[in-house]
Amino acid sequence: MVDLHDLNRPGVKCTWCPGCGDHAMLSALKKALVMIKQDPEKTVVASGVGCSSNLPHWINTYGFHGVHGRGLPLAYGIKSANHELKVIITAGDGDTYGEGTGHYIHALRRNVDMTFICHDNQIYGLTQGQASPTSLKGTISKSTPYGAIEEPFNPLMHALIADATFVARAYAGNLVQMAEIFAQAIAHKGFSIVDVFQPCVSFNKVNTFDWFKERVYKLEDTKYKPNNKFKAMEKALELGDKIPIGIFYKEEKPSYHDKLPQLKNSPLVKKKIDNVSIKKVMEELF
Amino acid sequence: MTVEKNRLVLKIGGEAGYGIMSAGQAFAKLCTRAGLFAYTHTEYPSLVRGGHNVFAIRVEEKDIKCPIVQVNLLVALNKQTIEKHKDELTHAGGIIYDGEEVNIDELNIRPDIKLFNVPLLKIVQEAKGIKVMRNSVSLGAAMAVLDADFKLLKESITSAKKKSQKVATIMEQNIKVAKEGYDYIKNNYPEEFQVKLVPVLKQPKRMLLTGNTALSLGAIKAGCQFHAQYPMTPSSSILHYLVSKEHEFNMVVKHAEDEISAINMAIGAGFSGVRSMTATSGGGLALMTESVSLAGSSETPIVIVNCQRPGPGTGLPTRQGQEDLKFVLNIGHGEFPKVVVAPGDTTECFYETFNAFNLADKYQLPVLIVSDKHLASCNETIEPFDTKDLKIDRGLLLSNEEAKKQEDYRRYKVTESGISPRAIPGQKNCRFRASSDEHDEFGDIEESIQNRVDQMDKRMRKMDLVLKDIPVPKVYGPKKADVTIVSWGSTKQAILEAMEYLKVDGITANFLQMMYIHPFHSAFVKEFLESSQKVVLIEGNKTAQLGGIIRENTSFEIKHQILKYDGRTFFPSTIYDQIKEIHKNG
Repeated sequence: MVDLHDLNRPGVKCTWCPGCGDHAMLSALKKALVMIKQDPEKTVVASGVGCSSNLPHWINTYGFHGVHGRGLPLAYGIKSANHELKVIITAGDGDTYGEGTGHYIHALRRNVDMTFICHDNQIYGLTQGQASPTSLKGTISKSTPYGAIEEPFNPLMHALIADATFVARAYAGNLVQMAEIFAQAIAHKGFSIVDVFQPCVSFNKVNTFDWFKERVYKLEDTKYKPNNKFKAMEKALELGDKIPIGIFYKEEKPSYHDKLPQLKNSPLVKKKIDNVSIKKVMEELF
Repeated sequence: MTVEKNRLVLKIGGEAGYGIMSAGQAFAKLCTRAGLFAYTHTEYPSLVRGGHNVFAIRVEEKDIKCPIVQVNLLVALNKQTIEKHKDELTHAGGIIYDGEEVNIDELNIRPDIKLFNVPLLKIVQEAKGIKVMRNSVSLGAAMAVLDADFKLLKESITSAKKKSQKVATIMEQNIKVAKEGYDYIKNNYPEEFQVKLVPVLKQPKRMLLTGNTALSLGAIKAGCQFHAQYPMTPSSSILHYLVSKEHEFNMVVKHAEDEISAINMAIGAGFSGVRSMTATSGGGLALMTESVSLAGSSETPIVIVNCQRPGPGTGLPTRQGQEDLKFVLNIGHGEFPKVVVAPGDTTECFYETFNAFNLADKYQLPVLIVSDKHLASCNETIEPFDTKDLKIDRGLLLSNEEAKKQEDYRRYKVTESGISPRAIPGQKNCRFRASSDEHDEFGDIEESIQNRVDQMDKRMRKMDLVLKDIPVPKVYGPKKADVTIVSWGSTKQAILEAMEYLKVDGITANFLQMMYIHPFHSAFVKEFLESSQKVVLIEGNKTAQLGGIIRENTSFEIKHQILKYDGRTFFPSTIYDQIKEIHKNG
């Protein structure tokens, strides 16, 4: 039986700033894994680089802390080698929506059975406060001293357009709902993406906990049903005075690795490679 | 006139889209099946249609392993082919052309050349075929000029996979027009040509394959189960071949969205315990560099293939060059262990790729295979590879049973050898994190001075063992020689053939083939070069990159250099000429 203690890593110091939304995300992730009874030895948390991407060090699963923006392709390789593993990618808005945007779009359309969780704080934290792709227009930062002039990247709209099969947003100020969304996302068979509003207490003085508290509302409290892509897009565009959180869209489709006949009987990693015969393929070249 | 048997070069030329490659391939195949040895060489611009393409097939009864310049029979599907290649024709060589398209009188052809005017287009039109079938007509005509049995060509055409009725109909049409080309020569040019093609019976069955296919077979034999790649000439055929075999060999082969993705996918798969590979050319490798360093710091086994082509920038995408050696040696930021191997021919592409996977697993590091356009795309007739001595060695990869017994597992344990036992996700009792950041024995971020030094030393210590494991450079020819040639990669076989030419002139030569270039066998190379007479460096680049690496590792400066950076391959005759010159002038 999995319990929270088994997922903790006592003695390994967490280096996130006090008050950072990341702490709640880590707790919610552990809680979600317990909720779905996920074996931590069959779980891999992969990441790129950034505050978000340090998370694999503080959860007692397998982990791979890779390079900036490349958590998604790394995770694809991990899953392809052993599709019996649960693979979770923790990423940041600069990491995936900036450095690794190309990988994001293609991961969405592949429907690999993995869960992508973005610590979206609308700022670069670890590099000390530059505007990120999700920074609001007008954001004053070290790299945009005159105010950001680009439109912010809308991760959920992109997810919907690229045919992701589970699209959700959570808010780090609501740990209980966030854990439930994570649990559903991880249990979902196919690619799930959860963008999390995660206020950066050190460098984002605009999109604070208070700022979100005034704006966010839960989709589950309304009559909204996450089964219509067009309606989901309408909700994904709702980024004004009221901002929805919850599951925007969900559909069941065969996952990427379900479509690969060579994986039908067992994962690649369990197949024997000691005595591969190439006689037949050499004869094809006669 | 003496008629030679089975010793020829056939060259087919025309625009891209004229079926030059498929005709040349068919000819090489039929020669291989006739018990002969074929070696093909192609030159083409980076175009889908138009431009000037040539495909040359050298054929002999003895094993040949490189192309030569001279041509016996030129099959010209356009005028440009004659203009560009008529001077390559041997005395009394021949040209097959279509007199209705080419006015041969204005081309200044040497009087010794035999002209075979065949109405290629007319034959196709009368058979209601499409223009591209001129390649089959001309191939039929070439078979007749060489006095070969038409059956050989017929079998070669029909052996291709018949996927549909449509394909079968096209095949029949091709055979029909080929036969008409054949009969046209037999009826109109009955006199003997300088060379004949005669099957050599009772030969063992042999393969016809490129270095890229050999390399792919090496990977399959090594149990590679994951390959991710983004297409880039001249590496793409590795992707094509492997994906065609992915079901048969339990592999996942992925055309990734870009090269950065491809290498990260491969690293992920390697981390998870399957043997994995990626392949690209220089520009794509440039995109991968950061992640090569990641494989180094996370000690993830991975094989990376660089099929070189000339740069800089997009350079000459479909041409030959050896310009990436220093790039590959210095690849990735920071310092980390890696292995660099440059196979010299098709056979080495197979065996060294197999070995690359063992080295990657044993030492938990990236292994870079440096190939090039020449190796990637030249077809060679070879007997099936002998695989009985090939043994898979996965190094300190923990079995599930061994993993279960672990207490206090440390993925990056500091050991005397520098190699730490490797667990993989899914195993019991070994949960760890691989990390790009400097890390402690558990894989957690740790920046203290002692830890940094310990982990750096641990990783780099592995290189001492690698050096003991890889063979010393191979020396061909006599121990003492007038001339010592030093080179690497695809120049190997042209050099070996040039040495035969030199021997006839009474000049003895030997050849130091640098195959494993990193780590470097300094003591061996230094001693060998210092005891040599006249040392000549041969490389396909402008700046003598291997020369620099040798100087860095041995302090030995090679003064005589034959450098080629014109985007074309080395031929034995050019090497021979230049070495003769160097030998004469002291």
